[in-house]
Formats: sequence, C-alpha cells, structure tokens
Amino acid sequence: MTAGLELDCITLGVGGRPPLFRCFTLLVPLAEIVTLIGPSGCGKSSLLSFLTGTIDPAFRASGRVRIDGVDVTGLPPERRRIGILFQDDLLFPHMTVGQNLAYALPPYIAGRQHRRERIAAALAEAQLSGFEDRGPATLSGGQRARVAVLRALLAEPRVLLLDEPFARLDQGLREHFRAFVFDHARVRALPVLMVSHDPADAQAADGPIITLSAPT
Amino acid sequence: MATALRPLSRARSADRSIGRRLTNLALLLFFVGPMLMGVVGTILPALGILPQLGGVRFSPEPFRQLLEVPGLARASGLSLGTGLATTALSFLIVVALAAHWHGTPWFSRIRRLVSPLLAVPHVAIAIGFAFLIAPSGWIYRLLAATGLAGPLPPDIPIVQDPHGIALILGLTLKEVPFLLLMMLVAMGQVPVRENLTVARILGHERSAAWLAVVLPQLYPQLRLPIYAVLAYSASVVDVALILGPTTPPTLAVLVWRGFQDPDLDHIFWASAGACLQLGLIALTILLWRCGEVAVASLGRRRILAGWPGRPPVLAAACAACGSGAVVVISLVGLAAMVLWSLAQRWTISSAFPEGLSLNIWRQQLTGEAGLIGTTALLAIASASAALLLVIAVLEQEVRQGAKAQRRHRWLIYVPLILPQIGFLFGIQVLLVVVGLDGTWVGLVWTHLLFVLPYVYLSLSEPWRALDPRYERTALCLGHSPVSVLLTIKAPLLARPILVALALGFAVSVGQYLPTLFAGGGRFQTVTTEAVTLSASGDRRVIGVYASLQMLLPALGFAAALALTGRGRRVARANS
Repeated sequence: MTAGLELDCITLGVGGRPPLFRCFTLLVPLAEIVTLIGPSGCGKSSLLSFLTGTIDPAFRASGRVRIDGVDVTGLPPERRRIGILFQDDLLFPHMTVGQNLAYALPPYIAGRQHRRERIAAALAEAQLSGFEDRGPATLSGGQRARVAVLRALLAEPRVLLLDEPFARLDQGLREHFRAFVFDHARVRALPVLMVSHDPADAQAADGPIITLSAPT
Repeated sequence: MATALRPLSRARSADRSIGRRLTNLALLLFFVGPMLMGVVGTILPALGILPQLGGVRFSPEPFRQLLEVPGLARASGLSLGTGLATTALSFLIVVALAAHWHGTPWFSRIRRLVSPLLAVPHVAIAIGFAFLIAPSGWIYRLLAATGLAGPLPPDIPIVQDPHGIALILGLTLKEVPFLLLMMLVAMGQVPVRENLTVARILGHERSAAWLAVVLPQLYPQLRLPIYAVLAYSASVVDVALILGPTTPPTLAVLVWRGFQDPDLDHIFWASAGACLQLGLIALTILLWRCGEVAVASLGRRRILAGWPGRPPVLAAACAACGSGAVVVISLVGLAAMVLWSLAQRWTISSAFPEGLSLNIWRQQLTGEAGLIGTTALLAIASASAALLLVIAVLEQEVRQGAKAQRRHRWLIYVPLILPQIGFLFGIQVLLVVVGLDGTWVGLVWTHLLFVLPYVYLSLSEPWRALDPRYERTALCLGHSPVSVLLTIKAPLLARPILVALALGFAVSVGQYLPTLFAGGGRFQTVTTEAVTLSASGDRRVIGVYASLQMLLPALGFAAALALTGRGRRVARANS
C-alpha cells in the first residue's frame, strides 16, 4: 500500500483543445506539502476540482486518484474525504461561525454537548474562543480565513488541497496564516497539494515543487 | 488522444444518474408528455378521430365545416394583425426606452415600476384599461366633469372596436413589461457599458450606438421571448373576450366558442380551427423572422454606407415616452378598477364616485368565499409543484453543463409559444382518458404547464449565479448533494426561490382557459369569474373580481418578501 495521495496518469482537457495535463503522475506522501506552480490558465485549479470530484462537466478526464492505496476516482465528492481551501474563505453566510464548524463535524461525533466541546476546542486552537455565535461577516479577513481552515480540518480529511488560499491576504497576515495552515496539516500528517503562483508559498512549504508550463 | 479520454459522467456514482433519470422522467410525465398529447389530441379530432363522440374514421369533414364558419377569414386576419401589431409596438417601445434612456435615472424608475406590473394578470390589466377608455369610462367622466365633453357619452365602440385596436393596445400594456424584463436579463450578459463607450469614442451618438452595437448582441437572447409574445397576442382568448372585436371575433375566440357549444359536434370543426391557429402562429413567426432578416441587412448596409450617427431624436424620444404611457395607463386603469368596486354612486358627469363603501365587497365575498379559496389553493399547489420540478431541473443543469441548459431553454418556451387554444382540448381529452378531468389533480397538472416556464425563467439566473464553490466546499465536508441543496443552496437562494414561487402563484391566478378546459366547468376562480362577469356591464361587481385578481398576487409577493426580510436583516447585520 502506498500511503498518501497518488495521482496516476491523469489526463485532463476541454473538448477538442489539447489536454491541460497529459498522463500526469504524482505521489504526495503523508505529512508532505507538494507545490504546483504555474501561470494562470495552465489548469491547476481544474486539476484540484478533478481530485475533489467537482470538476465542470465540460471537461473530459481520465486517470485514477488513490488515497492510501484506495481508489476514490469513482466516489462522489462527499465520500472522498478530501478537504479543500480556496482563495476566498467561503464561510456559509447564513450560518454562524459555530454552525459553520458544526456543519463540518462528522456525524459519528454524537451528542450536542460533545460536539459543542469539539468546536470550542478548535476555536481555542486558533485564538478564536467564544466566536461561536458571531456571523461570518463580523469577522476580520484573517479570522475568517482561520475559521475556514478549522472547518476543513474538522471534517477529518485524509488529504488537504490548497487552491491559492493565501493570495487574497496582505503580506504580514499571509506569512502568519501560512504557518497556521502548514502546522495544522503537519500535526495531522496530511498529504497536502498546493497550487500557487507565489514562489514564497513554495519556499515556506519546504517540499517538492513542480513547475507547470502554459498549455501549448 | 480523444479516444483515451472518457466522459467524466461514467465515473460518477450511480445515485446521481438515478437523480438525473428521475428528473427527466418527471419532466416527461408532467411537462413534455401532456403537451405532446395535447397537440396530438387536438389534431386527431380535426381529422375526424374522436371515439368518445363517435368519430372513428379519418375525414376532411371538420376542415370543410370550419371553412363554412361565417367570418373565418376576417377572424384569422384579425389574429394575425393583432399578433404582429402588438409585438411590433411593444418591441419598439422597449427598444426605444433602452436606447434612449439607458443609464439615466428615468430608466431605473420605469424599471422599478414595471416589475410589479408583470405580476398583475392580463385580465385585470385589460379590465382596468376598458374601465378607462370605454365611452362611459373614467377618461370620459373626467372630461365631462371639467366641461370638456358633453353630458352624453359618445355612441362609438371604443372597447371591442371592429379592427381590434383596443385589443392591441391592451395587450401592449402587458407585453411591454415582459419584454423589458427579458431585455434587462439579456443586458446583464453583455458588457453594454463597455460596448457603448467604445462606440461613442468612435464618434457615434448614444442611442445610435446602442442600436448599432448593443441591440444586435441582445437580439438572439430576445428571440424566444418575442416569439412567445407573438404567439400569445395572436391567440389570446381571455383578453380578446374583454377588449377584442365580436362579429367576427379573433380566430382564437371563434374556436373557443366552438369548443364551448352545447352541441358537441362543434368540437370537430373547433379542433380544425385550433390546428389553423397553430398554423397561423407558425406563419406569424415566419413573417416576423423575415422582418428580422430584412432589418438586419438594412442595418448592415447602413453601417457600411456610413452610420448617420443621428437617428430622428424626436421620434426616438416619443417612442421612449411610450413606456411611460404604458406604466401610467396600467396604473390608472387599475386604480379605476378598485375605485369602481368601492363606488356607492358614480354619475356620468362626475370625476369621482360620490361616497365609497365596502358594501359590494361584503356582498360578493360572503357569497363567494370558496372561489378565493379555490384560486389560492390551486395557485399554491401548482406553484409548489413547479418549483420542485424547476429546482430538480436546475440541479441537473449544474451537473450536465451548458448543453442541458440550451435544451431546457427551448423546452421551457414550448408552452409559451404554442397557443393555449391549440392544445388544451387535447389535454382535456387526455384527462378524460386517464379519469382526471374535473379533478384537483388534473387542474393542478394543467396549471403546472403554464406556471413552470415562469418559475424557471425567474429562478434560473440567480441559481446559476451562486458561487459553485459553496456547494463544492460543503460536498468536501462530507455532505450529500441532497443535504447540500437543503442546508446550503436553499437558504442562500431563499429570496429568489420565494420570489419565483410568488410569480408562479401569480401566473396560476391569472389562468383562464386552462382552468375551464381542465376543470370541466366545476372550478371557478377569480379570473374565470372576472371574465364571465366582464360581459355583464356591472362595473362595481367586475371591479371586485378584477381587484381580487390583482390583490392575490400582490399578497403572494408581500408574503415572499416578508419571509425573506428577516434573513436579509441578518445578512445586513453581518456585513
């Protein structure tokens, strides 16, 4: 069994145009952060949505995705246990911070009190204690970003994908937040695949870097 | 390479393809099927086949009988003329408004006034218009009260004039808001401001630039709505009964009289007439299409020859004022309607009634409370059913992409382009065959056909505009698509969903022919009552039912806005 996230000969393209990826193979071991760097339009985000199973139906794709040796290619997104963070925090605006986090907590964690404690503990980890009943819109950008990370991790993913999650934050906040994300991923020994066009992100990740070229 | 790629859908799990099949099945069973059966069930009797009435052999007899109906040629001409004139007038007004006033405060003012008018049923607008322009209508009374008109109303047929002018104007009142709304939707998808800036930097005057640069980009999106307006105005029955000529009436009314005749043998020639109506709509659309091609080529030639840059500004301004007139006439007409229902005594030479009271309302409502209940229940049931089906269809579109979207758009427009009189009899036959005629189920099912397109048109834009990453995030957190729909998408789209529901409610309230055909005469709604009473001449009673027609949809929208008001306050407090 291969531990980690395995991309096995993935080909990805739209209609009659040349494919964005041609038999792309990659292994992201546990607790490692692999960075994909490339210009916009080279298909980085499309690759991530192929991995989560939410790719636009206009795409044609082939290849297998395995997590810890188990093929998840045929599974619907909700059963793949792949977490993803986007450039925007995408906190559900009609739910409070606490409800957003509860929404991510798997159903096997039962009991109202128990679930509440888990959420409180997660918020405390991010220096956000007592934020349960706040609306997402009342939080600062950095706070919202941290809640989004907590939400993704509470769902207990086996893989974490990062779709340029630091691009919207200003410089000082960015480094701090990057460390926050990476620390949490390493503590859980998650394989992380990050796409970015900022070389500083790749440096901080301290892992393999794959540079993609624009489609020909 | 292409052979190595397989469609992603095969990699999808089985439960999703079950969802797709169920949606398609529901669409077929509740929407496409009845429409097809409706057309077939109208064509067969026209060819002599209707076993229930002893027609078992093909024969040309129904068409022969149809040709003998007095006034057929003139009726057909009236329908064709009404369709083309109403559509041309409405389109001209909307184009002039957009070209001349786009980007000014007047444009947004008219736009705000027009949306609520869209929810008022055709019949209410027509009755209000009649109350205004009739020889003894409000306009005459105002003139008489100020001494500008004599004490006796003129003895000329202003309403129900033999050339159908009142009908054309009355329909235009209702089609301008519809086309304007469709134009606004189309303008949302074209970078209008950027296009205009470029054209004006090149030296073209504003409205000329709009006509040359923006309109050609919008038109493809307006084509289906325009065809719907053509078909509707060339085949409408309820409004034509109120405003249209009587001897002969328009073709649709002529055919409707045939279907209604106590002598059931008339059904055969009426079916032939319904087929003629279908052909007439096809001809109307063909003529319009020829006009499109001619205007487009004329326009291109003008551009090559040097665009004049200055269209007749005065004419454009007048046409643009037409939209203001539409709004004012509609609103004043509706006011006249309400005023009459409250009037105690209103002599011919006074501008306003002498004293107002709720007597007529009390009198009518105590006797006919069930009628309002029937109307509301029917509207709630058909709008809810339509909403469920539309949400299922939109969810499939999200999964299947642009191709499914185009297919659905055409499908959704079919009941708007087919004339109601052309397939409702077939649906009645279908309901008789399956034993549902004159039942609630049959009635709701029939209303669904006409409610669904509007619910779809209203909800599809906001549905597509929702950031798809919310759904993806929720799925990646481990929630099933159904659960994501209920917990994330529905709350985020609560407002457009409720507005679509209210619009569906309003459309159902306004249905006349579907209620009569499918209800087997057993169901009365405020609309059937208003049309029936419109011939009575008792303006105070008519006023009550026409006002109810306006009030029920208004209550629907008020409820929708009140329900979403709380959510909006929360969102605002958040931001």
